[in-house]
Amino acid sequence: MIQITKKHDIETVTRIGWSREQMAQRCAQDIEDGSYVNLGIGIPEKVAQYVPDGREVIYHTENGLLGMGNSPSADELDPDLINAGKKPVTAIAGASYFHHGDSFAMIRGNHIDVCVLGAMQVSQAGDLANWSTGDADAIPAVGGAMDLVAGVKTIFIITQHTTKTGSAKILTKCTFPLTGQKVVNRIYTDLCVIDVTSKGLVLIELAPGISFEYVQKRTGATLYSAASLTTNAAENTSNKAQS
Amino acid sequence: MIDKRIASCANAVANIKDGDTLMIGGFGEAGSPIELIHALIDHGAKNLTVINNNTGSGRVGLAALIENGQVAKMICSYPRTANSLVFPELYRSGKIELELVPQGTLAERIRAGGAGIPAFFTKTSVGTPLAEGKELRNFEGENYVMERSLKADFSLIKAKQADRYGNLTFNKTARNFAPNMAMAAKNTLVQVNEIVELGDIDPENVITPGIFVNALIEVTQPQQESQLVQNGMSYPEINSAKKINQGVKEV
Repeated sequence: MIQITKKHDIETVTRIGWSREQMAQRCAQDIEDGSYVNLGIGIPEKVAQYVPDGREVIYHTENGLLGMGNSPSADELDPDLINAGKKPVTAIAGASYFHHGDSFAMIRGNHIDVCVLGAMQVSQAGDLANWSTGDADAIPAVGGAMDLVAGVKTIFIITQHTTKTGSAKILTKCTFPLTGQKVVNRIYTDLCVIDVTSKGLVLIELAPGISFEYVQKRTGATLYSAASLTTNAAENTSNKAQS
Repeated sequence: MIDKRIASCANAVANIKDGDTLMIGGFGEAGSPIELIHALIDHGAKNLTVINNNTGSGRVGLAALIENGQVAKMICSYPRTANSLVFPELYRSGKIELELVPQGTLAERIRAGGAGIPAFFTKTSVGTPLAEGKELRNFEGENYVMERSLKADFSLIKAKQADRYGNLTFNKTARNFAPNMAMAAKNTLVQVNEIVELGDIDPENVITPGIFVNALIEVTQPQQESQLVQNGMSYPEINSAKKINQGVKEV
């Protein structure tokens, strides 16, 4: 009981900026009508729930389905119908199945419009590290991440702005092994939205109550402020605890 | 007369030799030819190189083949899952070799192997540790890495329907690597839920043409890996083995 209370307290104290749901919701605003989209495992999966009404989006899962639907009811559950995270899914009316060769031709051949992935680190040049810490004892596993970043037209990253221990994840240069070089287009964090441009990292939007300085302090690379920078609220939060 | 039907999974895997390279279909449990894999465990061929996207789960199917000490090397993209009990320990103790390949590169290496293409260039993995030591080539201002094709002595796959010529259909996302693997092996062994008469499969609906298939074994009620794992089953434990093989219908 004590532990639960403690955990709750920490969350309450440190909850500033956007929640995971809100990060997914913010990202979903940028998924255009008519897009073919691949969503990574974790927070990126949540993006589908928040795509604004009226936009028709087709979800690709690299294990061979275009037109992935919602989670199945108990009656619909079929172990032969799963997503890339190996969770049961459904297929929408108008879906198609195909083999891995074709599935990755869609990815590598620039046919998928948007991919949303998580990150361990992102560099100011748009390099992404999200598959390995390089730890000798870890079991290396890459899946389809390297193919997705190499071939999908637009790469969105959703990530907490810093690690659980407060270290910057957005850096001048990644220290973990790369997933791809110069591949990231936009980063959605709990604090802000950042565009990766040829001039560097441009902050285009702040979460409510977050200041440019607050974000810069928690970023391992220089941030530039977009002329059109959107500030969602003006409360001063600079003294709040952040773990 | 062309008739690729074979009496049992045991007969189908009988010619697999120590040291062979095998492609095994499936993405997680979807499409995993579990009865063929269990027959291979009974058969006992060792020192195998196995190409699969993963390394199995629990202590059945591919994981059991690995646990039984028959696999010297895995070529895969994602060697761990929520239920990986076998591979991580063997890998950490240096008892199994791993060649890690990005998933799309793995699929294309297999596809190329079946299509008579010895190598190809891809942007995937350029600038990462997985491109180290490989030839880079610049095309239209961008770097690409050369990847070699993959071929196998045997492919073990699972299909939904077949006719005696070996024409195949698949079920939903259980198709995954199977059509590519069927093309890339000298011998493709297929466990299939249902064998139908010639002509029953509309030629428009054939996914794998029979030319890529060597042997068909009808397994009308294949076991589900996740259920076996959930029930804590292992193979080749004698008692559970009996239950596991109930799904096999001998032709």
